[in-house]
Amino acid sequence: MSNFFDKSDLVRKDAENIVSDTLKNCDDGELYLEDSKSESIVLDDNKIKSSNYSSDLGFGFRAVSEEVVAYSYSNEISKDSLKNSAENLQSTLKSIKGTYNNEIPTSNKKFYNDINPIEQKTLNSKLEVLNKVNDYLRKKDGAVKQVTANFLGEHKSIEIIRSGGESITDIRPLIRFNVSVMLEKDGRKETGVYGIGGRQSYDDYLQNDNWKSVCEEAFRIALVNLESKPAPAGEMKVVLGPGWPAILIHEAIGHGLEGDFNRKKTSAFHNLMGQKVASEGVTIVDDGTIDNRRGSLTIDDEGTPTERTVLIENGILKNFMQDRLNARLMKTRSTGSGRRENYRHVVLPRMRNTMMLSGKQTQDEMIKSVDKGIFAVSFGGGQVDITSGKFVFNCTEAYEIINGKIGSPIKGATLIGDGPSILKEVSMVGNDMMLDPGIGTCGKAGQGVPVGVAQPSILIDKMTVGGTKL
Amino acid sequence: MIKDQDFLKAKAAHCLDVAKKIGATNASVTIGHSISETVNFRNNNLDESNRSDGLVFTIDTYIGKKKSSISSSNLLDQNLNILIEKCYETTKITPEDEFNSLPDQNLLADSLQNLNIYDDTHIENGKKIDYLKELESAASEDTKIVNTESSFTEKKSNFILANSDGFCSGYKTSSFTASCVAVAKDETSMERDYEYSSKRYLDDIKEPKSLGKIASHQTIRKLSPKKIGSEKLSVIFDKRIAKGMLSAFASAISSSAIARGTSFLKDQLNEQIFSNSINIIDKPDIIKGLGSKNFDSEGVKSETINLVKEGVLKSYLVDTYNGRKLKLKSNGRSGGTTNLYFENGNQSYDELLKMNSKCIYITETIGHGSNLVTGDYSVGATGFLVENGQFKYPVNEITIAGNFKDMFKRIFLANDLDFEYSTNSPTMMIEGMTVAGK
Repeated sequence: MSNFFDKSDLVRKDAENIVSDTLKNCDDGELYLEDSKSESIVLDDNKIKSSNYSSDLGFGFRAVSEEVVAYSYSNEISKDSLKNSAENLQSTLKSIKGTYNNEIPTSNKKFYNDINPIEQKTLNSKLEVLNKVNDYLRKKDGAVKQVTANFLGEHKSIEIIRSGGESITDIRPLIRFNVSVMLEKDGRKETGVYGIGGRQSYDDYLQNDNWKSVCEEAFRIALVNLESKPAPAGEMKVVLGPGWPAILIHEAIGHGLEGDFNRKKTSAFHNLMGQKVASEGVTIVDDGTIDNRRGSLTIDDEGTPTERTVLIENGILKNFMQDRLNARLMKTRSTGSGRRENYRHVVLPRMRNTMMLSGKQTQDEMIKSVDKGIFAVSFGGGQVDITSGKFVFNCTEAYEIINGKIGSPIKGATLIGDGPSILKEVSMVGNDMMLDPGIGTCGKAGQGVPVGVAQPSILIDKMTVGGTKL
Repeated sequence: MIKDQDFLKAKAAHCLDVAKKIGATNASVTIGHSISETVNFRNNNLDESNRSDGLVFTIDTYIGKKKSSISSSNLLDQNLNILIEKCYETTKITPEDEFNSLPDQNLLADSLQNLNIYDDTHIENGKKIDYLKELESAASEDTKIVNTESSFTEKKSNFILANSDGFCSGYKTSSFTASCVAVAKDETSMERDYEYSSKRYLDDIKEPKSLGKIASHQTIRKLSPKKIGSEKLSVIFDKRIAKGMLSAFASAISSSAIARGTSFLKDQLNEQIFSNSINIIDKPDIIKGLGSKNFDSEGVKSETINLVKEGVLKSYLVDTYNGRKLKLKSNGRSGGTTNLYFENGNQSYDELLKMNSKCIYITETIGHGSNLVTGDYSVGATGFLVENGQFKYPVNEITIAGNFKDMFKRIFLANDLDFEYSTNSPTMMIEGMTVAGK
């Protein structure tokens, strides 16, 4: 646990007093302290291209009054700096009369261990694995023309000090291991990318030469793409594979169910609470409590313990994801979804691990039912326009389906759909729910936070596929 | 107050000293400081104020051809010393890379030109609020507008880049940005659009009323969109989207993508990649330019480059490391382009609109559908159907797709270039793209 007051002229008692004084007429707010260390080691083009280490320390001070948020941050933890911030907040929130909400739930549960993945493994042993990855893939096939592999490790220690001096802390490990391989054959180049990660040590992922399976998967995807044909264009049936394709759920539904967009009535879902927004059999939860997952959090960035929030149950919209501010204004409770990228940013309601739960059908039944369509196995990034509800995502591995059979692989195409209606087009839900491998980062308002997704195979009756073949 | 040059220079000198003393053969340090203040409004009321004040320090240490780097926001001398030592220790066990080195000394910027990219004017939050009030009242005048969010940001930065070859230079920059996002609603649809203005000098920012009006107009005209059928069509890219084509081009000619062999433009130097009416220029010394700079992130002097001349690719964007790999000299583009733009085409905006009896005019794309290895392009889009030069109705939930290699050769440009951003294009038309809808 970091002691933020160790090397500072700011003593804890003074910090507590400044916080309590500044927030006394506010509805909410806190001092958020953060000490994070991160490393990035990249092998590229046959060499260790970079090994970077970064250490970041700072605080963010937030005062909330009714709908107004005043925020000030600094990377200098000192008495002067905190006082400057306090003055800055007070100048924004002149003549306010709120009552500070002291209530914050507590919990003893923890969803990951207090480990520092960066220090647990020597740099040399990480370099060794990256070099093995490079050798393994290049020896595997002469078509391998480029290999990039990298480790990302993070150790973040946070403390939240609320008015009255209540202190809440958390230590968050996070790692990611990624392999990208480019193949060239007959003048054609294609790339395959695969990665794994979560809130554990590197060794939890890499024991028994597990890195090989990551290499194999990246290689397999690149190989499939070498054979790919132009994708079809137009509306058709789409079968999504289990696991990572659930970023469709994340983009199409998840963002639209975040509290802020609904309080502001800018989400296409804001007036649909309690209504049917999906086919029967579709249940979607956002869960921060799965052990060691990338999107899991013991507490959110306001200090609220996370939970498993049911968003859609059997097709009916049940809950939005809330931070404290939006919960207060919408007269509900925080779902432990208040997150920020780091101390430089304000808290926003965000997703954690967003999951569609298993149904009864098999993937086989879905494929067999399709005359003309595509089978999408893996995706790159996605994006949504919250207001119009339109969302896209890009296939990185997909096949055409003709007369109930999987055909040739097709080139990366964008799929576009309409968030509020897409889940009504889901006509089969598979029995094969799978978690993604732990690689997702969600962007919102310029802030990236680690998230997870999960889903079974699903059949969507109508979606527009953005290929080039008419 | 933004930290002055002397403070940053002293810190940089300290870091280089420490690195040298513990045994680094070379080192390069960047220290930056920036302060930004933002006020956000929503529906004509104050929503958020945000002040940030941050220092960033990055050091690369070299031991011969070994290199490693560390960055931190904690600039206390004691912390810096610990980190530099850690960086040095990491360097020791990092394998050698023959291409690692500081930039050639004769390429370094030896003087600073005043580019007018720093305006010392400070605008108090009270004044920002006045601006936003005026903006939002103009934006929300029409009853179809149901939500407005706008913000005003003032940012001041200063930095020093110093290396053990004696380079030590830096300068202040400023930016003032006002933006407005509006949401409009009718019986069948809800749409969002935006407008913003970002300038080096406060006085150059767009008038609040006109900014609000444009945001409102652009949003309302998107209401009640239709989905169209799938077909091959000419696609017109609004200026704010057309510049994205240049960004993709710039990524594909970065020396790192070329050296790694992962660009669809590899081996295309001196080849015709656009039609011969196309010229692309990267010009670092535009007065008040948002992308203007004296030197790149390694200290190498940046000069104007004609990247594409009459459709022929003339130059990559080269930094020191990848330049050595490709046996090319750095052209001061470590960290990317400066003010990148297409030269004007030879038809007016109206003429461009009328070139085809039917086309799609795109105002926004979503998704990350550019594959720079293969050149494949497929993104979600919203815009308007245009017939005989007339805007007919808004269109959404469609995709547009093609391959950059073909698309580049079928680009037509209007003559309406201006310098609103750091990367700028006139209105653009690309013939024969696949539009997928119903």
